[in-house]
Amino acid sequence: MIILQALVNGIVSGTLLAVPAIGFTAMFAVLRFPNFSVSGVATLGAFAGYLAYGAGLQMAGSLAIAFAVAGVAGLAFDKVAHLPLIKQGALPAAIASIATGLILENVVRLGFGNEPRGYDRPIARDVFLGEIRVSPQQLETMGLALLLMLLVFAALAFTRIGKAMRASADNPELAALKGIRPERIATLASFVGMGLVGVGGMLLGLDSSIDPLTGTRILLSLFAAAVLGGLGSVPGAVLGAFLIGMAEELSVLVVGSQYRAAIGFIAILAVLTLRPRGLLGERAY
Amino acid sequence: MLSYLLFIATIGGIYGLLALSLNLIWGGVGMVNLGLAGFFAVGAYASALLTTVGHGPIAAGWLMALVAGGVAGLVVTLSTTRLRADYLAIVTLGFAEAVRLVAANEIWLTRGTDGISGIPGPWKRALGPDFNAVYFLIVLVALLVVFFLMRRIDRSPYGRALRAIREDAQVAQVAGKPVLRFKTEAFVLSAAIAGLAGALYGHFTSYIAPDMFLPLITIYIFLAVASGGTGRPAGALVGAYVVMTLLESSRFFVEWIPGVTAVQRAALKELLIAVALILVLRLKPSGVLPERIPRARVPPAPRPS
Repeated sequence: MIILQALVNGIVSGTLLAVPAIGFTAMFAVLRFPNFSVSGVATLGAFAGYLAYGAGLQMAGSLAIAFAVAGVAGLAFDKVAHLPLIKQGALPAAIASIATGLILENVVRLGFGNEPRGYDRPIARDVFLGEIRVSPQQLETMGLALLLMLLVFAALAFTRIGKAMRASADNPELAALKGIRPERIATLASFVGMGLVGVGGMLLGLDSSIDPLTGTRILLSLFAAAVLGGLGSVPGAVLGAFLIGMAEELSVLVVGSQYRAAIGFIAILAVLTLRPRGLLGERAY
Repeated sequence: MLSYLLFIATIGGIYGLLALSLNLIWGGVGMVNLGLAGFFAVGAYASALLTTVGHGPIAAGWLMALVAGGVAGLVVTLSTTRLRADYLAIVTLGFAEAVRLVAANEIWLTRGTDGISGIPGPWKRALGPDFNAVYFLIVLVALLVVFFLMRRIDRSPYGRALRAIREDAQVAQVAGKPVLRFKTEAFVLSAAIAGLAGALYGHFTSYIAPDMFLPLITIYIFLAVASGGTGRPAGALVGAYVVMTLLESSRFFVEWIPGVTAVQRAALKELLIAVALILVLRLKPSGVLPERIPRARVPPAPRPS
């Protein structure tokens, strides 16, 4: 029963983790460098959503604010700091993105300090399914995360711009030949990808509390989900997020909660040793 | 004042060792190590444990730090050298976090977040107030030995092979260079140097704790190598002291701003470092001392007969 409860918790946290993992992996597919500023952007999204929720918006509206603020900030840093460096290679861009992540983290720290803050959500009684316990808030955030993922997949599958994005990720030269403008795809990938990361930061902060290190704390799980599924693969990131979510919850039963954060690292090492391209390969979709 | 300057010079020298370590792989082979702070910590803990719990001599502790850093480097590279640099970046970042988790939670070994205190310094009791000066000399010697070793590598055929891998691993492979072996060796040596730096740090401060090995140190060293000039050992040294000066002067600067809390001061300092790193990467990517690439000798063109 304990194991079943851990698996259910894992599915819940995996669903939430999938949102920023999709954002990270989609940006990697298009821009071709690992953007480490996701830690700062997730924190920024969490605080933007916190302010919006505190100002009286509902959950959906607050998530929209988190998306917009994180998307704009992420896009701005990509344009100013990361992408001009990509000509020198992926590494300088990646290193610069660590610095931009640090900038965002410290801007939040300047404004809010280090004390943890909680979203002031109404208290509700847990729902029991047999002996498995879930809170209504968990169900609500999970529903919103699933809805968001559905939107992303529908956009990638059916819209013109979504198809262009996949084409550009698969083969940039060929896509450019077909008249797809790479800078527009890059802009869109930055904005939507970072928006999703910001929303993810808020979703993962909802059940506990948020502080300037909120994003840094989910960084390894986020990378692990993306690498596990195959860096650059959107369905892979979702699969990876579920597996990491469940592995983290199960690990608590075995080694205690203090090593929860190490599961991501171990998963990354294991995948790179056994199946370097990830479970679903590196194709974008 | 003198003791303050000696303190800064010693810490700067330890950052110099870390910068040389990073320069070997970043400037040399084109790999990154975002977990430099982790290897730094491994060395610090290895030496501290051997000399406190194990009652071993300090020299043995430093040797142990070199070995422990190198072994950690080997473990990290074994699964990733064959892969692209972006994977290595992610793995090394995770490594540093994992090291901090172990240091904070394996209380039976590391005393957790309380840290290890009473790490012996060489001849500390006999030297009394002169300890800092002598220790600075020790760090300086270590720094110079590693510096000349790095310069030797830089100018040797080995160093040229490393640079060839950096420029184009495929071409190097075709030219018969064992790319994987070169990369692994360079990373292991680099990690060992970072481990030694950690040991020197621990025996200087006489106290270490998981919170002293935050990822921020890695950022400092990246700033040092980038501003000094990647690919040149002298650049790494200059860069380390540039960063140290920047850190110390920023401390005075933020203390001078009125109405700012301690947390905000720390945040301002981190902001400054991060902005400096981006500015250097954007505006002066070759650094103060740019890499010198020796020109290939061109044979004189045959005279038309």
